[in-house]
Amino acid sequence: MIAFILRRLMQAVVVMLTVALISFALFNFAGDPINNMVGQDVSLADRERLREALGLNQPFWVQFGIFLQNALQGDFGLSYRLGRPVEDLIVERLPATLELSLTAAALAVFIGIPLGVYTGLYRDTWLSRVFLTASLAGVSLPTFLIGILLILIFSVELNVLPSFGRGETVEIGWWTTGFATWSGIKALILPSITLCLFQLTLIMRLVRAEMMEVLRTDYIKFARARGLPDRKVHFGHALKNTLVPVITVIGLQFGSIVAFAIITETVFQWPGMGLLFIQAVNFVDIPILAAYLVLIALFFVVINLVVDLLYYFVDPRLRVDRTAAGGEATP
Amino acid sequence: MPNHLLEVDRLKVVFPTRRGTLVAVDDVSFHIDQGEVLGVVGESGAGKSLTGAAIIGLLEPPGRIAGGEIRLDGRRIDNLPYSQLRRIRGKEIGAVFQDPLTSLNPLYTIGKQLTETIETHTDMTPTKARERAVQLLKDVGIPAAEKRIESYPHQFSGGMRQRVVIALALCANPRIVIADEPTTALDVSIQAQIIALLKRLCQEHGTAVMLVTHDMGVIAETADRVAVMYAGRVAEIGPVRDVIKHPKHPYTIGLMGAIPAIGHGTERLTQIEGAMPRLTDIPRGCAFNPRCPKVFDRCRSERPDLLATETSLASCWLYDDQRAPAREAAHV
Repeated sequence: MIAFILRRLMQAVVVMLTVALISFALFNFAGDPINNMVGQDVSLADRERLREALGLNQPFWVQFGIFLQNALQGDFGLSYRLGRPVEDLIVERLPATLELSLTAAALAVFIGIPLGVYTGLYRDTWLSRVFLTASLAGVSLPTFLIGILLILIFSVELNVLPSFGRGETVEIGWWTTGFATWSGIKALILPSITLCLFQLTLIMRLVRAEMMEVLRTDYIKFARARGLPDRKVHFGHALKNTLVPVITVIGLQFGSIVAFAIITETVFQWPGMGLLFIQAVNFVDIPILAAYLVLIALFFVVINLVVDLLYYFVDPRLRVDRTAAGGEATP
Repeated sequence: MPNHLLEVDRLKVVFPTRRGTLVAVDDVSFHIDQGEVLGVVGESGAGKSLTGAAIIGLLEPPGRIAGGEIRLDGRRIDNLPYSQLRRIRGKEIGAVFQDPLTSLNPLYTIGKQLTETIETHTDMTPTKARERAVQLLKDVGIPAAEKRIESYPHQFSGGMRQRVVIALALCANPRIVIADEPTTALDVSIQAQIIALLKRLCQEHGTAVMLVTHDMGVIAETADRVAVMYAGRVAEIGPVRDVIKHPKHPYTIGLMGAIPAIGHGTERLTQIEGAMPRLTDIPRGCAFNPRCPKVFDRCRSERPDLLATETSLASCWLYDDQRAPAREAAHV
């Protein structure tokens, strides 16, 4: 177990180093950063002085080393556009994105799994057909279109929900939350629905397929033959056996939700990291782009690690130590 | 008429398909008494397992019971609603399936699977249920039961898993166990142990067994009576010794002739010409008539009922002249 975690952590370090290298390379490929920082009327001598002061005249690897060192301390430099430390900007925007992503993920999981179980168990009812047909729309409609349609219906026509922003937020330490106020919650509804719809339908279809697979197995038939109530057979024996692939997908999808909140945040002008990123792209604000890249990579690495550990808890067959086993080894 | 423990009366199981309805079990009748072991033999596709599945109400859709009655202690159970039948499954009728490797849920400890079954059918407290689970594991010969109860199925060998499956089937002291090819997936050396275990436990508790198998040797050792099935019908049913020593139905005669006898040198084994018909084209009259060495005209037009012979009941017109159709006198 410990060895497994250590091995995983080593792999995570390699991944993070690679991502850091790529994001650092952005600085050099996207043109001379000095040009981005200073105006046209700055003299060449001044430019050289600035270059020296920022350490930009040093060899690539030395610069990368300094970048890593700073990044490890949470220092990603100054935003070109806003002139403020990038880490401050991210800390400001992180709560908005995380609240949106977590809400969307929770909706996707807590609606997607029950729908998947239902449609898997009762394949031929008309309700299942309705869900399946609707899920096709969820999988195939692009996010921005769903967002715009929702705004059209609920904000423009019905005028019941706000079309942009976070509403009123409350500060708890450095964290700003929209959950504490009614307007904050109302503002969360449309963006989180938009963001979750794809994942929800994906999870539903996956759970449905897995359920149908598991329900055909002998141990489900045997559980029925033992006279266990349907509730136990379906939600205990069957659902638990679908969880390994479902956890994998949910984990990876959560990373995607955070990363691809960009589109939803743009549509709803949600003041999160995605919006920050899009604005940074427009201004070639490389420190922000680099920091965003590293942060999202970190998200994926952490999620993957958590998913791997969850397998271990869900499926006893993956637990390598067999001290409890003893007995015969023959199959 | 005395009540048998389990009576299957003219059971008919059908599978609707695009090309018409297949009759997989056709007018099958038999009974099992308290503590009795009935062997059910036949080739693959003869309808043995489906008969078992129909009794516990676990036919795979679209298969369904299209006719006949199943009675447990004189009470009809084939038309019970699902929730009531569930209370009978496991409690009154236990089941053991073919493949122990896949019969147990891989994600739960065997202790959990035992206790949840016990708690479903009795009002034992969790502590009591656990004690009973350990006792059951000891009964089926799992060494160090107190410790192994925490193990997962993958930590057991195939034979040990089948022992656990038997323990699960016996959890609630059922009146009858339907064992569907319980040893087919096991190593030959383990098979005898498992059969002996099943027989011993059922004798101890007075549990009846419906033993579905295609292994005549297992039947000969274990069963009190045997039903030979062919193409979804019962060909012959009677006391195991008589059916094996003096088979009456031509199919049974062929079947027994095909078993090699140890110590009888190099005799050529008899062989039944042809193969069992597919369910889509079961011949008119007796299903066995195209392969039967003693076939005559009536066999090709009329389907024989179970007729009494000196020793058993056989569905063969050869025995028509001896007595009248003997459905009522089914207690052989």
